[in-house]
Formats: sequence, structure tokens, C-alpha cells
Amino acid sequence: PPSSLLRSLLARSQVGGALLARPAAATTGRTFATKASKAGDDDTPFEVDVAPFQVHKLESFPEPKVETTKKEVLAFFRDLFRMRRMEIAADVLYKGKFIRGFCHLYDGQEAVCVGMEASINYEDAIITSYRDHCTYLGRGGNMYEVVAELLGRKDGCSRGIGGSMHMYLRENNFYGGNGIVGAQVPLGVGIAFQQKYNKKRNCTFTMYGDGAANQGQGFEALNIAALWDLPVVYVCENNHFGMGTAEGRASKSPEFYKRGDYVPGIKVDGMDVFAVKKAVAFAKEFVVENGPLVMEMDTYRYHGHSMSDPGSTYRTRDEVSGIRRERDPIERVRKLIVEMELATTAEIKAIEKECRKEVDDAIEKAKACPEPPVDWLTKNIYSSKPNSFEFVRGTERGIQHEAY
Amino acid sequence: MLVRSGVNALGKVAEGRLGLAVLASSAAAATAARNGLVPESEEAASLHTAAGLVGGPTTTEGGARRSGQAASGAAEQSQWRKAYSSSVVGEQQATRRINLFTAINDALNIALEEDPKTLIFGEDVSFGGVFRCTSGLLEKHGRERVFNTPLCEQGIVGFAVGAAAVGHKPIVEIQFADYIFPAFDQIVNEAAKYRYRSGGMYSCGGLTIRTPCGAVGHGGHYHSQSPEAFFMHSPGLKVVMPSGPREAKGLLLSSIRDDNPVIFFEPKIMYRTAVDEVPMGDFTLPLGEAAVVREGTDITLVGWGTQVGVLKQAAEEVAENDGISCEVIDLQTILPWDVDTIANSVSKTGRLLVSHEAPMTGGVGAEIVSTISKECFLNLESPPTRVCGADTPFPLVWEPFYLPRQYRIVQEIKEQMNF
Repeated sequence: PPSSLLRSLLARSQVGGALLARPAAATTGRTFATKASKAGDDDTPFEVDVAPFQVHKLESFPEPKVETTKKEVLAFFRDLFRMRRMEIAADVLYKGKFIRGFCHLYDGQEAVCVGMEASINYEDAIITSYRDHCTYLGRGGNMYEVVAELLGRKDGCSRGIGGSMHMYLRENNFYGGNGIVGAQVPLGVGIAFQQKYNKKRNCTFTMYGDGAANQGQGFEALNIAALWDLPVVYVCENNHFGMGTAEGRASKSPEFYKRGDYVPGIKVDGMDVFAVKKAVAFAKEFVVENGPLVMEMDTYRYHGHSMSDPGSTYRTRDEVSGIRRERDPIERVRKLIVEMELATTAEIKAIEKECRKEVDDAIEKAKACPEPPVDWLTKNIYSSKPNSFEFVRGTERGIQHEAY
Repeated sequence: MLVRSGVNALGKVAEGRLGLAVLASSAAAATAARNGLVPESEEAASLHTAAGLVGGPTTTEGGARRSGQAASGAAEQSQWRKAYSSSVVGEQQATRRINLFTAINDALNIALEEDPKTLIFGEDVSFGGVFRCTSGLLEKHGRERVFNTPLCEQGIVGFAVGAAAVGHKPIVEIQFADYIFPAFDQIVNEAAKYRYRSGGMYSCGGLTIRTPCGAVGHGGHYHSQSPEAFFMHSPGLKVVMPSGPREAKGLLLSSIRDDNPVIFFEPKIMYRTAVDEVPMGDFTLPLGEAAVVREGTDITLVGWGTQVGVLKQAAEEVAENDGISCEVIDLQTILPWDVDTIANSVSKTGRLLVSHEAPMTGGVGAEIVSTISKECFLNLESPPTRVCGADTPFPLVWEPFYLPRQYRIVQEIKEQMNF
């Protein structure tokens, strides 16, 4: 019903964030941050070098140079930083037992979703695993909804019912948020089928990790996608550890971009937001014409697999701090800003301060939000159309709940 | 928070439910006998010693050890049970107080030691597993026998079925029961039917699948499920769920030694919180036999896994407050389930209540109530009922409302008594 849509739109616009306006899905190459720096918009393009792309069965592939603008770089910085702050805040909230259940943090990997969004629009679809907080933000969600969902409150993006692992955003074609490892991969192919069927010039990014790369269903669906030339990009976010198992001990071939065999592949430095942007732009053009592509994002997560995993029993602290020092996505962008004098230190600090405030405000508001009402326990089990279940049995005889 | 206090209470209950050491009085000895640690009389003790470690055909074994019904003249039953009993409790077997994951670790270690064809594999088992059930086993038995697999449940179980078909005894770990579904085809279509379809030529009897199940307080949709009903529906399998560390060790060793594919569900909430006196060394409990863990006369409560503790709490509450005497039965093996023990109990009490965490519709409780309604129709004083999880996916924030907790069971007991 239209009124609930309006209400949700209204709710979404109430808390700040870099994404206040919801532009209608249109052009490629749009950035999703609209705040300009104090010095005024600067759209003069310049080029940034990135590491060369490694490819598998691709005759033409992008050059390692990426065009960007000052506005875009600052927007990247803001989005990377706010995602990082949000994940760190989620860590603290989990330890304070505000977030219960399982919480899988994305810090270190932010460049993947920020870079992706720079090259696609909301008519393209994304489906990912349970490590989805930042992907949700990238798709245009606001931080209040994420935090409320983590806390299990009714203003959360899934109404507090899904929790950390199940965040969805239908208006912007974000299909979650999936708890079972690898189960989302075939779903992405199905979404791509719809795009081709409706003759849209859009594609689907079906995302999974190095652990999930060994799930049979992924290969089954890839064969289907290749057979029917579906516009799907298989994005393997390779953070090198499937929970506690290093990639070499789980996969005979840890070169995930080659795993498609007859499907072409490309490997990208997933901690360089510009490389991701370029590769994803290429990928979208490619799959809309040619069928599936496997894209491996070489990335890293600083936290353990989830909040129950310290992340230090299977890798050394030196390794983690080494990556932080050398490859951190935020620091690279900051370095670029400083080198090219795109903003002063004070301006950078101002952006950081705004991001921190955004996170704090979201947390405060989420803590005040009530939990979903108990009668929602039986909501949305079945369709509410006629001839579906009307009542659902409760825990003992005589108890029935209306299903709606 | 309700959920946390429930967890703590459950932990305390689990701790309080102990077998006891040697006792003087006969009543206490009967209790101890029921817990399987001490034979009922000295004469029986010498018989046990003579029979050695393997449960031999003595008059006091079986029925006396496992349920208190030996006292009530269940001679025919103990005759019948002789055929099944493989309890190996010898004379005052030493026990130690350990938790669930240690008991399981103990059982796995014994299994690896006794048969070089035993293998343990699954995701992350080599460092000890996410619940520490397999700690130390790699160091003791080597990486050819204890190893990690990639993240592919269907592949893991299929691989295990093949290994079992050629004589290995694979003990597969599926990290959470919620993830067992990619392997469902391999379990139901391959493992369960192997012997049948080959006319007895092949089988994968050595296969054991271990998987943590059940609510844990904050597990949400995919870390809390109890899928035992899906597998009960598949002839060719055995399905087992212990209710504590002692039962876990005994049942797991039996499951591993059983020449049929067995799915062994471990209630994950009890891994650390449940502590019990567990016999050291070799110790088994028979599959296919339920245990009466509390005797009573007014109503029979049947459960398994974590729910047994909840039923016992409910029984204590109604005993104290309303003078209702409940008989609590731990089903232990879900397939094949012990019809006789429950039927005998319901014939005595006249009332049945089955409780499980899994959703009500089509759950194991439906099978039990249906069979007992037929078996004990004329003995029933009130319609048998089930107190189960609600018919919804396992929720995150509403877990306390979804679960069949103590107060709901108490309410249902009273309703049955007042029928």
C-alpha cells in the first residue's frame, strides 16, 4: 500500500548521511555522495594509477588508469570512513551486548562496495552474504536503519526481524543479506535472468567469499549463467580466510578469478577503491553484452570472521597490522587527497567529525527505538492474499496467532 | 533479560542433575542404579564384575540400570532389553565431572583409538572445532585421520558416504544443524538407502554425522534450528539426541559403533553449561532406548536434548506447587524411538505431553502422540498434547516467545490434569 512506502521513505530521510536524496536510477558512472567540499565542486578529471588487472580468458580488459575528480575522491573518503566508523561502533555495541546474535564486520573491505557503487546504479542488483552492513549503506541505506536492525529494533531495515545477516533494500535492488554460505549465489543468477528477460541494460553482482567459492551450487549456477549468457558478475570477495581456514587449505586453486574455467575472469585489488571502480565499470559493460564474468576482489578483513572470532588464532597480528599499514583503503585515499592537495587537513578532519557524529546520532536514535511488537512473530510467514494460512499454531494447543 | 536468565537456569539444572557415587540406602541405590553407575545389590555387583566390561545377561542389567521400572516388576522388559543392552558400566566405573564438549571429545578419542579406520572431518575440526569438541584429536591421531574440509556440506557428506561404503568410519561434523540442508540429498537419498538399494551388498553403516542443534539464546534463523523431524522421516537412518554430557558420551560411542548411518544432534547450548559425572573409559548407552529420568504417576512428559531439562524443571514446579507427580522421559533416540517405554509409562499415568523446540506441525511430537494414542487409547485420561516451538521460522528477537518454555509446559500439565 502506498502509505507504507511513503512512511518508509520518510523514515529513511530523517537521519542524516551522505545519501539523503534518492536520485532516480539513471546513468552509469554516478557517485553516490552528494556533499561537496567547502572549496566548491571541482569536476576536473584527473587520472590515478592502479595496479594492473590480472585476467583469465579475456582479450580486452581495462587499462590500469582510472579517471576521477576531486569531488569523487572526497566522496569516496567520506563513504569509506563512515562505513569504517559504523563497523567499529558495531564492535563496541556487540561487546556491550546491545547487539546479540551473530555480527560479521566488514572493516577493511569497504573499498569493494564503495568502488562498485561508483560504477553502477540502482537498477543494477547486488546480492551478498551475511557481511552486509556496508553493502547496505552503499546501496543507499541510511545508517540509522542499519544500527536499528543490528539492535533488533522495529525501525531497522528488515523491521528488526532479520538482524545483522539479513538486510534488504528492495527499492534499490539490494537482495541482502543471506545467512547460509553460498546460498545467495544462484539467487543472483536468477535476478540476472529477470534483467535479461526484461531487456534491461543492467546487471547483477552476486557476491560471495573465498570460503563459499567451494559450494557446489555456485558452480551449478555459473554453468546456467554461461549457458544462457546472463548478465551476472560473480564477485568473489577474497579476504583469504574462510572463517579460520586460509584459502590455500580450503581451495586447491585459490585463484578464484580462474575458477570459472570457461567463464572469463578478472582479479582486482579490492582495497583500492579506484581499481574497483574501473573494474566494475568494465564488468558491467562486459556482462550485459557477453554473459557472466568472475571478478575476484583481493581484499582483507581486520576483524575475525564474526564477533565470536578474535581473528588472531589463524593469522598473526603482524600480518593484520601490516595490511593496515600498507593497503588500508581509507589511508590510500587520504594519501591521495594529501598528495594532490584536494583538501586541507582541517577539511579532512571535518569530514571525519561529521561521520563520527552521524554514527553517534544513529546509535542514540536506535537505542531509543522500541523492539518490534510480539504479534509480528507470525507476520510474513505466508502471503497475505486470500486462501493462504490464516492462523498459525503457537507453542501449545489452543494458542493460535493470526498470520498476516 | 528473560532469555539469559533462562540460559542460566538451564545451566543450573543441568549441573544439578547428577548421578551419585556409592550410596548406602536402598532407595538411594535404586536412584543410583537408574543413573547406571552402581548396580542395585552387591550380588548384582559381583555378577557385573564376572560379566566383565561388556553388559552380560544378568538379571539386574538393562531395566534396572536404565529405568526405575525394575523395582516395579518389569521382568519381561528386562528379558526383552537383554537383547538390546550394550551398556558397559562395570563395577563402579570411575567418573569425572565434565561438560558436554569434553564428553564428546572423550568419546571421539576412544573411537579413534579403537579402530584405525575411524576418521573425523568437517569444517574447522582440526584446530578443535568451533565448539572445541575435536580439540587435541589431530595432535593425537594425525592429520590423515582428523582433517578439515572445504566449505561444502553436500560434498562433505557425499565424500563421507563413499568412505563409509568401503569400510571407513567417518565421523562428519556439520558445523551447525542449520547448514545440514545442502547435504540433505546425500543423507536421505544416498546414505539412508545404500544398503536397501544394493540388496545388502553395500552399506555406509560406519557413517556418523555430528551436528550442533537447538536454541542458544540469540542464534536467530540459522544458528538455532532443530531439524530432527526431517531425518526421522527417512527409513534407513538413525537419529540420536543426548540430553547431557553423560548421555552424549554413551550415545555417541554407540552411534559410532552402530552399523547404520546415524545423525547425532548435540544441543549446542549445553556444550559448556551442562556438567555431569561422566564415566571414564569405555561407556555406551544403547540406541533405541528411552530413559526415565524422573518417576511419576500423574502424567508422562517426553522430551529430548535441552528440553529434558525444561521438563524436569516443570515437573519440580508442579510437584511443589500442585502436588502433581510427573514422569519425565528422555527419548534419547528419535529414530528408532522407544515406543514401549513411553507406552508403559502412559499406561501407568494416563496422560502424555510431548515437548520439543522444533515447530509443532509435523514435528517428532506428532509421531509420538499419534502412536501412543493408538497404543494406549483405553488408558488415556486426557488427550495427549504437544508443547513445541511455534509454527514460524526461528525468530531472533522473539526467541523467548517462540520456545516452549517451562511456564507453558506447567500450564499444559495443569490443563491435562483438569481435563
